[in-house]
Amino acid sequence: MEFLYFMADALATTVSLAAPLILTAMGGVFSERSGVVNIGLEGMMLIGSFMGVLFSHLTGNAWFGFWMGALSGAVVAALHGWVCIRHRANQTVSGVAINILGAALTGYLLRAIFHRAGQTEPVPGLASWTIPFLKDVPLLGDIFYRNMPPVYIAFIVVIVAQIVIFKTPLGLRIRACGEHPEAADTVGVNVSGIRYLCVMLSGFLAGMGGVTLSLGQLSLFREGMSAGKGFIALAAVIFGRWTPVGAMWASLLFGLADGLQLTAQNWGFTAIPREFLIMTPYIVTMAALAGIIGRSVPPAASGKPYVRRDGA
Amino acid sequence: MSMNSKSKAWWRELLVPVVAVLVGLAIGAVFMLFTGANPLDAYRALLSGCFGSPVNLSETIVYVTPLICTGLSIAVAFRAGLFNIGAEGQMIVGMLASAIVGYALTGLPRIIHLPLTILSGMVAGGLWAAVPGYLKARFGVHEVVNSIMMNYIALYFSHYLVNGPIKDPNLASPYSPEIADAAKLWRFVGGHGSEFRVNSGIIIAIVAAILIYRLLYKTTKGYEIRAVGLNPEAARYAGIDVSTAMARSMLIAGSMAGLAGAIQVCGIQYKFLDLFAFEGFGFDGIAVALLAKGNPYGILAAASLFGVLNRGSQMMQLLARVPKETAGIIQASVVFLVAAEGIVEGWLPIRRMAKLDVAGKEETR
Repeated sequence: MEFLYFMADALATTVSLAAPLILTAMGGVFSERSGVVNIGLEGMMLIGSFMGVLFSHLTGNAWFGFWMGALSGAVVAALHGWVCIRHRANQTVSGVAINILGAALTGYLLRAIFHRAGQTEPVPGLASWTIPFLKDVPLLGDIFYRNMPPVYIAFIVVIVAQIVIFKTPLGLRIRACGEHPEAADTVGVNVSGIRYLCVMLSGFLAGMGGVTLSLGQLSLFREGMSAGKGFIALAAVIFGRWTPVGAMWASLLFGLADGLQLTAQNWGFTAIPREFLIMTPYIVTMAALAGIIGRSVPPAASGKPYVRRDGA
Repeated sequence: MSMNSKSKAWWRELLVPVVAVLVGLAIGAVFMLFTGANPLDAYRALLSGCFGSPVNLSETIVYVTPLICTGLSIAVAFRAGLFNIGAEGQMIVGMLASAIVGYALTGLPRIIHLPLTILSGMVAGGLWAAVPGYLKARFGVHEVVNSIMMNYIALYFSHYLVNGPIKDPNLASPYSPEIADAAKLWRFVGGHGSEFRVNSGIIIAIVAAILIYRLLYKTTKGYEIRAVGLNPEAARYAGIDVSTAMARSMLIAGSMAGLAGAIQVCGIQYKFLDLFAFEGFGFDGIAVALLAKGNPYGILAAASLFGVLNRGSQMMQLLARVPKETAGIIQASVVFLVAAEGIVEGWLPIRRMAKLDVAGKEETR
């Protein structure tokens, strides 16, 4: 019986822990589907989570902070796009630079604006939403009826992303740019334009994932609070075979690993040392990636700058 | 990263990194202005923090030493086309292994104990890096994601060890016991307790750079690693075992990061100190390697530059009230500019030549 309570407890935290991963992973799907590798998701998340807190602090409006956080992710992503698409830089290197920038810029702004190191003071956070009819569904209700808004937004984004990528002309263009940019160009698709769009969208979603960490979970910003989640989201993209729904399930799996270890800590589980519990999400991520070998194939042109034959 | 260095004049090779650094410093100055500080004062504070006194100079060298090693680590992997973003974790396990071998063995003569301690750090780092290397070579799993995961695993594993099994029971703080005197590196001025912490570790790091250079450019194994990095398909076609070359480069890369940890323990700390967060030597090594374009001798210069920037930034924060993270912003700007050479080359009056070079590069792909 105790085990059931334990599981219910863990599952309830799973969705809120998975939400930032899901949002960021959706960003990763768009970017990679269009042919641009985005290692910089981590840095975009971090900047998003800081900007969200900053604007919530300045305006007292958490929702304004939420959207500004997402927008700042898109701005940083535009830089990644400019360097990778316009200047055909090594996309992994540019992504790493984004991550260095994310850590440095948020630390700089923390000192310059909040005059503090480590973390900000608490700011207005996003209040939870309660879904009335869901409350009465037995098991599902316990897990889903009351959550921070980004949880619901995340699942809506998954559905929209799946439809856009696989059922719309725009999605066809995006996939064409990621698989065979020459062919897409030949039939008149603006490869650079599509890639810019997708990279900025990925930054927008990663920024949203970041704000979910700051305004959704803690209502403050803490240095390095993304703690590798951008990379775990990237792993979720690969594990989910570059599809939104697949990446969502992968994010939920990683969220579950995190939820289990947190709940185990809260329950005073001492059979396994705390440090090993904290490691679980990272180990599960590696095991998951190793387990799908050969069955997960990235978009063919992902990571390759596109150079037109005429040299333009 | 362009490899056709022989086709370019040496000054052209240097031009992009130098301009990138200058522009990076200018961008840093803009961020200093935002906080109301005078950039000249701030940079002066930064320099005096690094070179203002003999102790400062000693500390700067101490700070640069691990950066050389982690820079080499990333460069070796990069030559094989791999991104070793896990130097941070490899350095942590290197520190752990060296600390354990350093204090657990007693009564050994220095000539055995010191090399053994350093070697164990290198082996630990190498093995840690071999995991993502193996997963990449054997199964094609992205090494970046895995090596980041390994960083976190290393961090928490070290928390566990130093708060439990290897904690010095006589101390309240989570430290390992001190290593034996026979496992300590020689400090140039004064004994093991000297305030001048600069030690023979810097010599080891420079020798490592020379050895890595020779390995990459003067040996068959190094040639294979570079060939795989340039074009794995062509390398395979030429009969090179791509998986082995990748795994080998990751092993060497990890051992270099492990060496950074070993020097830190044997030369500076003499014990493993609990880490509250990543120290950043592994991540900064990425910027070092990229700025140096993977050239081991260039890494000596790039590590000095970023070492000075990062260490001096604390003094800058103290004296000029400029957040020390400005150093990271400069670092990120430099990486961007080096990554997209085209941006810098577009500013310079060598545009026509640059275009010819790009055309040449396109052909060799």
